[in-house]
Amino acid sequence: MLQIKDIYKTFNAGTINEKRALQGVSLHLKPGDFVTVIGGNGAGKSTLMNTVSGAYPVDEGKILIDGVDVTHLPEYKRAKFIGRVFQDPMMGTAATMQIEENMALAARRGKIRTLLPGITNKERKFYKEQLKILDLGLEDRLTAKVGLLSGGQRQALTLLMAALQKPKLLLLDEHTAALDPKTAAKVLDATQRIVDKDNLTTLMITHNMRDAIAYGNRLIMMYDGRVVVDVSGEEKKNLTVERLLNLFSEVSGSDEADDKLLLG
Amino acid sequence: MAVLLERFLNFGNSLPGVLSQGLIWGIMAIGLYITYKILELSDLTVDGSFCTGGAVCIVMMAMGQPTWLAMVCAFLAGMVAGSITGFLHTVCKIPAILSGILTQLGLWTINMFIMGLKQGELISTLTIPARNSKPLVSAMFLTKALDGSKPLYLYPPLTMGVATVLIIAVLYWFFGTERGCSIRATGANEHMARAQGINTGVNKMIGLMLANGLVALSGSLFAQYNGNAEINMGRGAIVIGLAAIIIGDVLFSKLFKNFALKLLAVSIGAIIYYVVIQAVLTLLKVDSQYLKLMSAAIVAIFLTVPNFSGKHPKKHKKQEVPACSK
Repeated sequence: MLQIKDIYKTFNAGTINEKRALQGVSLHLKPGDFVTVIGGNGAGKSTLMNTVSGAYPVDEGKILIDGVDVTHLPEYKRAKFIGRVFQDPMMGTAATMQIEENMALAARRGKIRTLLPGITNKERKFYKEQLKILDLGLEDRLTAKVGLLSGGQRQALTLLMAALQKPKLLLLDEHTAALDPKTAAKVLDATQRIVDKDNLTTLMITHNMRDAIAYGNRLIMMYDGRVVVDVSGEEKKNLTVERLLNLFSEVSGSDEADDKLLLG
Repeated sequence: MAVLLERFLNFGNSLPGVLSQGLIWGIMAIGLYITYKILELSDLTVDGSFCTGGAVCIVMMAMGQPTWLAMVCAFLAGMVAGSITGFLHTVCKIPAILSGILTQLGLWTINMFIMGLKQGELISTLTIPARNSKPLVSAMFLTKALDGSKPLYLYPPLTMGVATVLIIAVLYWFFGTERGCSIRATGANEHMARAQGINTGVNKMIGLMLANGLVALSGSLFAQYNGNAEINMGRGAIVIGLAAIIIGDVLFSKLFKNFALKLLAVSIGAIIYYVVIQAVLTLLKVDSQYLKLMSAAIVAIFLTVPNFSGKHPKKHKKQEVPACSK
């Protein structure tokens, strides 16, 4: 579903601040794969996500979604294939617009915006049903401005919006990192349900090793712009935090890695 | 005492005219609302495009074209002006404020060129020809419509009131469409808009064109009302527009939640601004040369107050969101 072929990305090339964020990353996601991505600060996780979404152009390499080469497509055109949830809860929704308006915008992702009504009554009913999935009581607040919602509610709504128009790829960029543990657990729970419902191909960055192990059918670890660990299937199921740390030390050959990874 | 009474009478007599002008400027302010409030862009094109509208309208009327056609062309000319700012901003990536200033500066010459089309030279004032021209609004209609020499529907406050309602109705419809919603999203959260597959550049372009079209339409009405187009007619338009938006917001933001009503608040804001200015001029007998300084001061105060009172908390500043969040 997603093919990343040997991509490179360097920031501030040729200057003293040169940062080689991605150094030949290749990754192939099969339809229905739920891949969790972990790695310390500066490992290249977010850069990887942003090159896939089109926020950054790549220096080298190719990105294909469902066989379509999107390497040179601008961000807004790639959005046709991709649902996204960001780390910052403010980023994924329009605060000054209503819940239903936000959903209507998401339902038209990848379609030409015409002069037909921006939202219909039929849609409203559908959105109400969809909001029930979140179990946050939002189904009774369709016309509330999104700015009135809490961070967790906004994140859950963004998640729902990302999946509304079934995406070929769901990108979750540390989408629970800014939430308190209880809310984070709720949002992760909703994530699992939404991903399961449509069997979405998902790439989820997380700072939390336990979450990375608990969710998904495959786990990759990044270090210094490369994928250094890639486990799936039975091996993934039997993974523990300890085992993961060992794996990491082996690959990176560094002892102080533990803290870096855990604290991220 | 007698002097004061006379001043009050003068003020009272001037009110229908003030109301008409307030409504005309209100249309300009509604245009500005699209860029300033909906798209959150500071568009300074308006000082120029207001005059462009007046120039196109009057020159076409002087050439014997029907008034409605002259106004349609004024609207289109404003859209062209807006598209230039849009091009500079979205394609050339020049900051919006600077893009607007550049267009406005260039329009200075263009406007004189338009007004001089008939003569083939640059001129700075063009008067409506007395004969054969049938303006939609005119200061002269204030009395003529009431004494019966013109039909009543040409009574300027009435004409402009109807026009304002029509424009608000069209905008209300437009910003409820798929495209209109996507333009609102572009202004509310550009990052989200792009993630939802919205081409934010195109939407900014549409918004700037629509806004300046309305500004030019307002300019065409203002020129008809005064009987001439003049190169300085748009100077300070942005300040008047901002004043209208802010006065409307401060007075009605609690009452009016609906989008159409918010636009109406802008129009009312423009009327209030004009009434206040007129009151200062006629009741206090302040020299009109002081007007611009006063306007600037009033708007500065209105812009300051919401930042320091709890009622209007500072808007969530849209930071240039770094795509990579670590």
